[in-house]
Amino acid sequence: MFDWLFVSPPERRLLGGQPLRGPTPWVIAIMSFSMMIVAAAGLALAGTAGLVAKGAESRFSIQVPGGSKSLAPVLAALRASPGVSSADPVPEAEMRKTLERWLGPAGGSADLPVPAIVNFNAAPGTDLASIERRVAAAASGSRLIAHRDSLAPLLKSLRLLQWLALALVLLLGGAAAAAVVLAARGALDTHRFTIDVMHGLGATDVQVTHLFQRKIALDALVGSIAGASAAALVLLLLAAGASFLGGLTGGASLGISDYVLLALLPLVLTGLATWVGRAAVLAALREAV
Amino acid sequence: MSGEGRALTAIAEFDSVGLRYGTGAEVLRDLDFRLSKGAFYFLTGPSGAGKTSLLKLLYVAQRPTRGRIRLFGEELSDAPRDALPHFRRRIGVVFQDFRLIRHLSAFDNVALPLRIGGAREEEVEGPVREMLAWVGLADRASARPPTLSGGEQQRVAIARAVINRPELLVADEPTGNVDSDMAARLLHLFAALNRLGTTVVVATHDVGLIGATPGAQMIRLENGSMVDPTGSLRNPPPPRGAV
Repeated sequence: MFDWLFVSPPERRLLGGQPLRGPTPWVIAIMSFSMMIVAAAGLALAGTAGLVAKGAESRFSIQVPGGSKSLAPVLAALRASPGVSSADPVPEAEMRKTLERWLGPAGGSADLPVPAIVNFNAAPGTDLASIERRVAAAASGSRLIAHRDSLAPLLKSLRLLQWLALALVLLLGGAAAAAVVLAARGALDTHRFTIDVMHGLGATDVQVTHLFQRKIALDALVGSIAGASAAALVLLLLAAGASFLGGLTGGASLGISDYVLLALLPLVLTGLATWVGRAAVLAALREAV
Repeated sequence: MSGEGRALTAIAEFDSVGLRYGTGAEVLRDLDFRLSKGAFYFLTGPSGAGKTSLLKLLYVAQRPTRGRIRLFGEELSDAPRDALPHFRRRIGVVFQDFRLIRHLSAFDNVALPLRIGGAREEEVEGPVREMLAWVGLADRASARPPTLSGGEQQRVAIARAVINRPELLVADEPTGNVDSDMAARLLHLFAALNRLGTTVVVATHDVGLIGATPGAQMIRLENGSMVDPTGSLRNPPPPRGAV
C-alpha cells in the first residue's frame, strides 16, 4: 500500500532536481498554519460554549419585586423546595454598584427601587413550575429566570462561530488540494518527456504516478509540519498571554482531545494532498493514448 | 497455409487499418499486412508517406482509427489502456532523435526498461554493462546524453531498445544522424539481434543500407497506402522449414 514511499535511488533520479523545491511546500505550510489557527480557535470556542452552556443549564434566578423586605420568605420557600441547592441572595450593594456603571451616581440613590435577586442551582429534572408557584406564594409577583434563556443568543453566536471555523478549515483544505492539483499538473508538464519515454518503454500509469506521489507526499508532509509547528508556537504564545491576562479572555482553553485533533491536522492535510495529487496525476496520464 | 498457422508465425497483423490525427485526413489507409516472426523488414517510402505513423502503430504509441491490429497474437485495437504496457515491454524502439533522458547517465538510460519491468538492482548491473560493452560504450556508462556524440547517443538508444531482448525491434531512421561507418555498424547490431530471433523493422531512406542486408524484406508506403504488388506482405510465405 505504501511501497511508493520507498522507491529506489535510480527511480528517484528519474524526475531529477532536488526534493522540496518549488512552491508546493510553502503553499502547504501556509495552509497548514492557517488551518491550525482557525481549528484551534474553533475548538476553543466550542470549549467555551460548552462551559457556558453547562454552567447556565442548572443556574436560575428569582427576581423579587419590593426589594429585600420580601427576601426572607422567598429564600425559605426556595430552600424548602426539592432539587434546589445553594440559594443565595445577591447583595443589594452589589446590584447598586452594577447599576452605577450604567446610570452613574443615581444608581446608588436610595430613591431608586431595586428588586431583590436570589440565585440558585437546580438539579436536572427539578420541577421548576412547582418552585415558581412556591416563590409566588411567598412573594407575589416573583419571577423565575433561567440563565440558559438569557444566554441563548450568546450560545447561538458561539455555535455559529464554531461552524464558521469548521467551514474555514474545510475551505483551506480545499484550497490546499487545489494548489496540489496545479502543482501536480505543472510537474507533469515539466517531466512530460520523461513520462513519454517511460510509457514508451512499458511503464504503467501507476508506476509513473508513484514517482510523483512520493514527491507530493514529501512536499506536503514537510510543508504541513512546518506550518503546524509555526501555528503551535503562536498558540503557545497566545495561551501564555491568555493566562497572563487571566479572566479577560474568558478562560477559553483547549482540552487533551483538542490537542490530539490539532496534532492530527497536518497528517490529515498530508494525506489529503497525497491522495489528491495521485488522483490528479492519474487522471492527467489517462488523457494520453 | 491455414489461418491458424499463419497467426502463429505472424508477430503483427494489420487488417484494413486506417489512421488519422484529430479531424485531419487519413495518413494511413487500408493497411493489410502481416509481419513474420524473426524476419527483417525495411520500411521505405518518400517523406510524408506515413512511415513514422506506421511505426507508431507498431510500437503502440498510437491506436488505429479504424481496422484491427493484432500484436504477438493478441488483439490490440480495443485492448484496455492498462493492457498497453504489456505490449510495449515486448517491443524495442530506436527513435531518430534518440529520446534519451538527458539528466540520466547512459547506464541509467539503458537500465530503464529493466527497472520498469520490475528487475531488482542486482539484476540490472550485469546486463547493462554487457549491453554497453556490446555497443562499444563500456567506458561511457556514467556520461549523460548531452556529453555524448550523436553516434554514441544512437548506440545508447539501441542498447536501451534491445536490453530486454524484445520480440519486435522498431527503428525510425536509425542511421539518419550517423556517418556511413556507424550506419554499417548499427546495421550489424540489428542483424545480430535478428539472428537471435527478434523481428526487426527499420524505416529508412538509405538504399545502401537495404542492399547491405541480404534476406531483408521491403515494405513500401506511398501516400499512406502500402505498395504490395505481389501480395507477399498480405500473405507472407511460410518460413523455411515450416510444414
